[in-house]
Amino acid sequence: MEMTEQCLKAKITEAQFACVELQLYLDTHPDDEAAATDFTCYSEKLQQLIARYEQEYGPFLNFGHSISDMGSWVYQKWPWEL
Amino acid sequence: MWIYEKQLEYPVNITKPDPRMAKLLLAQYGGPDSELGAALRYLSQRYSMPDDRVRATLTDIGTEELAHWEMLAAMIHQCMQGASCEELTAAGLNGYYVMHDHGVYPCDPNGVPFSSACFAVTGDPIADLVEDMAAEQKARVTYEHLMNMTDNCQIIEPLYFLREREVVHYQRFGECLEIVQNKLNTRSSCTCRNNRRRR
Repeated sequence: MEMTEQCLKAKITEAQFACVELQLYLDTHPDDEAAATDFTCYSEKLQQLIARYEQEYGPFLNFGHSISDMGSWVYQKWPWEL
Repeated sequence: MWIYEKQLEYPVNITKPDPRMAKLLLAQYGGPDSELGAALRYLSQRYSMPDDRVRATLTDIGTEELAHWEMLAAMIHQCMQGASCEELTAAGLNGYYVMHDHGVYPCDPNGVPFSSACFAVTGDPIADLVEDMAAEQKARVTYEHLMNMTDNCQIIEPLYFLREREVVHYQRFGECLEIVQNKLNTRSSCTCRNNRRRR
């Protein structure tokens, strides 16, 4: 299914939020297996979405965490730009 | 080590200048209970924590606070973008403009620069965690005050998200306090150096 850049970014925001929230919970409950399973599920989803984004629109992360050309890292819109 | 992700934690799209709110939002960008203060407080307190779970919580919440700090910067930037000198003056930002133009400088709404004097790193896990819980509540109430000051939905929405995060962080720090208290209670003696010497 085709997804616009904005739509893909929204999906990343959603999956990432689930990961942030579960990560904080797991910090104080590291032995909670149900939460750990949820975390794995959302982080796999997040990795897939980021890979898809990078393939279509360019790098998402710096310092070698994105395997794409850094020229577009520089010139792509910054998060605070409308 | 930190890496940067080229996206905000929660979207910020303020399409019209709102210099009056830009000025007020500085409270959470460079004020005493700001996201910057929160990030530096938690990340600096990690080294004297006696438990892995607490070190993990301070690392991850400290990191999330940096993402919130960036959201605030984006909000202030967008609220000031395109505002004329007259509009900035009417909003009480003439002094700010003379020193910082439309830049996003970490100060409070009265122009007082950010200072680490606004937080503590005592080296005592209980004292630090109790401060962290209070800091989350102070930030929550500041977000409520900010939301009371505007009816601009493009500003209220990200503020609502940020307020909610303070509530979650408070919960996690409460759990950290309990972890540390349980740990200290199971130890037979106080870790204070003077007490040790007396024995």
